[in-house]
Amino acid sequence: MKKQLKRTSLYASGSSAAKMLEARFYNQDCIVYDLEDSVSQGEKDAARFLVYQTVRYHKPDNQYVLIRVNGLYSAYIEEDLQAAVRARPDAIRLPKVEHPEEVQRIDQKISEIEKAAGIPVGTTELWCNIESVLGAVNAQSIATASLRVVALALGAEDYTASMGALRTKAGPEIFYARMQVLQACRLAGISAQDAVFSDFRDMEGLKEDLKTTRTLGFDGKTVIHPSQIDLVNAAFTPSKKEIRYAERVLAALRDGEKQSTGVVSLDGSMIDKPMEIRAKTILAQAEAAGMWKGED
Amino acid sequence: MKLIKPAIAGTLESSDIQITIAPNPGQGIQIELESVVKAQFGDAILDTIHQVLQQMDVTEADVRLVDKGALDCVIRARMQCAICRSAQQPYNWAWEDNTP
Repeated sequence: MKKQLKRTSLYASGSSAAKMLEARFYNQDCIVYDLEDSVSQGEKDAARFLVYQTVRYHKPDNQYVLIRVNGLYSAYIEEDLQAAVRARPDAIRLPKVEHPEEVQRIDQKISEIEKAAGIPVGTTELWCNIESVLGAVNAQSIATASLRVVALALGAEDYTASMGALRTKAGPEIFYARMQVLQACRLAGISAQDAVFSDFRDMEGLKEDLKTTRTLGFDGKTVIHPSQIDLVNAAFTPSKKEIRYAERVLAALRDGEKQSTGVVSLDGSMIDKPMEIRAKTILAQAEAAGMWKGED
Repeated sequence: MKLIKPAIAGTLESSDIQITIAPNPGQGIQIELESVVKAQFGDAILDTIHQVLQQMDVTEADVRLVDKGALDCVIRARMQCAICRSAQQPYNWAWEDNTP
């Protein structure tokens, strides 16, 4: 099965019918219908019905669909889960996760709802937002708290607030949290999603931020405005040059194996295991983006 | 569900529908529709409204609809919300389990 790309996740507020319908026509990989921060207290019920009906009966089939529910200790979480699980999204996005036990509690509730609704138990995946010092410190145990967890996503604004730090465009204040999320995801074998770049008018700033995001090794990034989608998608899509080089690395390794040469080199450099892993990752990304066709 | 008080759900934005619902004791279901697409989709909108009323067991209601080109899923969502607000009761999500 083709790997589902998760380069970009665009939030669409559950408070607006027009915005929710419009969101599906942009080219993000993942769409996050939001019941949390973008919905006022008095409209939580209306948003829940609207998101349910939209996802249940008009789910975009070419995008990965998530529903972000309200806080795990909020008055809305029980009913949010009742609606969100029955809507059959690909995943539910949990805000401000700080402990593995919270994930396990939600996992159990989701199982009960899946069972009652006739949905195969375990179908609903989870993305956990890491948005506090405690969440960052516990990232590794959160990532492995349930088999449903397929991604961790960093929420930088709340994280910096919990640190008493200043939020800057360069982002040194979130370096530790980024690394905590990344390492937890790599150890768990799940997707690592970077924080939003909040100033959607600053495209140069976004480009700089994406360099850090890519260099560190994230798999995708949440966006808050459609204007950010193309840049972020491009940053997580390998270039033709990278694809060609990856192909040559793997071809050289195959030749070396056939000829039992032991050490294999390419363009004067020895090919080691990390280079092989990087080459395979590049080709997997290229294949998922439809830029490369696997060899078998 | 028994309606208790007048309630409203939805907006007058494009692609939305604003639904006002009120108790209608002894008068059954009365619906008034204003829509930019009434000629083409009026019957379909009313059909959806009746389905939701039936599903939620509402037999007496005065319903006013101001439609701005809402899709069926939006109409359903706004109607469910308006009824719950009027009845001052939470929605029974298990009802959705029997919907194809």
